[in-house]
Amino acid sequence: MKLLAEYKYNPTEIVKGYNDRSLKIDISDLAISEKEIPQQMKEKFIGGKGFGLRYLWDAVTPETKWNSPENEIVISSGPVGGITQYPGSGKSLVVSLTPLNDTPMDSNVGGHFGPLLKFAGFDALEIIGKSAKELIVYIDGNENIVKIFESDIDKIDSHELSEELTDRFAADEIDKRNYSIVSTGSAARYSNVAMLNFTFYDVKRQKVRLKQAGRGGIGRVFNDKGLKALVVKYAGVKSDLNNPANIAKINRAGIRIHKEINRFDTAQNNMRKIGTANIIEVMNDYDLLPTHNFKFGAHEDVKYIESKVFIEKYITQDVPDGCWHGCSLSCAKAADDFEIMTGPYKGQKVIVDGPEYENAAALGSNIGIFCPRTILELNFYCDTYGIDTISFGTMVAFAMECYESGIYTKEDTNGLELNFGNIPHTLELIHQIASGEGFGKIVGMGVKYMKKYFIKNFNADPEFMFDIGMEQKGLEYSEYLSKESLAQQGGYGLTNKGPQHDEAWLIFMDMVNNQIPTFEDKAEALHYFPMFRTWFGLVGLCKLPWNDITPQSNATSKEPAKMPEHVQNYVDIYNGVTGKDVTIHDMIKESERVYNFQRIFNIRMGYGKRINDKTPYRSMGPVTEEEYLSRQDRYDKQLEELVGFDVSKSTQEKMKALREYRENQYELLTDAVYKRRGWSKNGVPTIEKLKDLEMDLPELIEVVKEHL
Amino acid sequence: MYKLNDRDEKYVNGITIADVIKEKKFTYKKLIVKVNGKFVDPINYDNYIIRDGDDVKIHHLLAGG
Repeated sequence: MKLLAEYKYNPTEIVKGYNDRSLKIDISDLAISEKEIPQQMKEKFIGGKGFGLRYLWDAVTPETKWNSPENEIVISSGPVGGITQYPGSGKSLVVSLTPLNDTPMDSNVGGHFGPLLKFAGFDALEIIGKSAKELIVYIDGNENIVKIFESDIDKIDSHELSEELTDRFAADEIDKRNYSIVSTGSAARYSNVAMLNFTFYDVKRQKVRLKQAGRGGIGRVFNDKGLKALVVKYAGVKSDLNNPANIAKINRAGIRIHKEINRFDTAQNNMRKIGTANIIEVMNDYDLLPTHNFKFGAHEDVKYIESKVFIEKYITQDVPDGCWHGCSLSCAKAADDFEIMTGPYKGQKVIVDGPEYENAAALGSNIGIFCPRTILELNFYCDTYGIDTISFGTMVAFAMECYESGIYTKEDTNGLELNFGNIPHTLELIHQIASGEGFGKIVGMGVKYMKKYFIKNFNADPEFMFDIGMEQKGLEYSEYLSKESLAQQGGYGLTNKGPQHDEAWLIFMDMVNNQIPTFEDKAEALHYFPMFRTWFGLVGLCKLPWNDITPQSNATSKEPAKMPEHVQNYVDIYNGVTGKDVTIHDMIKESERVYNFQRIFNIRMGYGKRINDKTPYRSMGPVTEEEYLSRQDRYDKQLEELVGFDVSKSTQEKMKALREYRENQYELLTDAVYKRRGWSKNGVPTIEKLKDLEMDLPELIEVVKEHL
Repeated sequence: MYKLNDRDEKYVNGITIADVIKEKKFTYKKLIVKVNGKFVDPINYDNYIIRDGDDVKIHHLLAGG
């Protein structure tokens, strides 16, 4: 590969989780520079997506679009990221303006890139500009040099590209474990839902594994910039590289949870055996598994794709498998030597990472597919093509419902028959998305784009499109049915980046446990949980060890939903690394600062107010008679008890009454949540709130004052 | 009548915690059960007989990824 630029830097020692330095690369003119991270930035933005949002704000203007040169991609782990004593400590957060609506997007991902970048000397990486040439950025943390190469590699899909780059850069087999690569795949040339793959080298399998920064189309930005790959190397990972203030504190918390996982995981979620896919059948049992574009929450054929099918027939490993050192929860999973049946890799035997729960629901039930082989093949192609599995499932489900509703026909798709469950044509569709051909090019642009396209070209009813198109703020819904949980409707709708469940997952607390019956209760949950969950993305941690293993003490704790013992672990490791002396209340306040900053960033970019928090009615209730009648007893009972409506009336009249009731509930919830968060009725953070958070920065006041 | 998660349920004589979990199809494993505020150990679900008027809480500890 041709070397285009290089930059030597001085090594630094990380102190209490920070290098106090970031790396900036402008690929337009191949300029490489370092930036000091000031104390105030650490205090107000902490790290991870906080750093990403701060840098992105400074780089863009309200006029900047996703494909403007000044749009940045920022990758950062966080002060705790990279420790090896506590499970789930290797996360990276990626921030950029999304092609879905040109607002800030954040996406979290496992793999080794973020921690290795930090050990190489940088708390964050900013990439700005655009290149006409395909570039590979290489950061060598041992030689302390950054190089930019012009790529001479013709491979484009992530599984091949990352293997080749690992082979090229690593000196030998042992050296491969010291590399992590960021890339996307062929779909990133055309699709708005293209994602980034982050690698880690699986020493046991001697193969490169892929983890995904899936949400929000940042893979498309990456490709548009002319980036082929980012490569980081650091040899010498060990447990104290963060130079923590109090390593004993971290060690004690780690030992506590490792013992807990060892004792209880098998009887609880069985994460080490099947990972998040353990809940496929659970979601079905509670009528929460999205089926046929979120129409229904269960399907009789779920038995063909339940977790034990994957465990018994496809997942091939015998030992727990994590995506960062020291993660004993080990939820990573893979099917080895999986033979591909279609597309450019037909006949090849590949490794498929997964399936995660979201993959099984998105690539399975939501598009009417109950074939585990097909789910794994779609999983493989989504990963290597660089397509977000969640968005793929939700956008294909929407396209299928539109097809079955007669909005378009196979004459419009050049023969593709997109009925729910049509396996060969779904596989053909994913190959079209990746090659930017045929109807796949339209579907690959996402639900928001399709809604407009179908209205304009197929004369589709705009109201029906809004009702069944499961996107908000441009982002496709993740894979849970929220119809029977008002709190989760807010957990999806009253968010910064759109309906992704990483802000709040309240369905069981609300619908089943009935722990938050009033609007005030729900609003409190929609304050605490989004803020608590935001904190993980500031410090470089994975959320799963918080709530996918339960300590014994939880049974008798006052607030079991919060997992108090684990919260204390997080307080301990955070203080242990950084030397701070914070409480959980301080951590929530730190998250609030960044959360409100992101909200105001959205407003600055033209989104982020009440109108943008409206959700499609499919997320709240039955859009069609078919849906109503499928759960008629439930809906009739609610109409009688909650609305006092005469259920002897026609189904259409009952649907109308139910809709009025549920939409009004959502508005009342929105009022309550805004009030709890310190926002105006229009969803704008007030100046008083910003002062209270010590976030009354001039640039934020300037944005909000126009909207208050 | 007894309360299950603060909702009225028809009382059936001799009904146990295990019966409720089965009837309600509470298949998720991570449950915390309390009756009248007192924790019930999972090993007692089969034998713990609910009384008329009891306040039963069966809370699921599932909070998403």
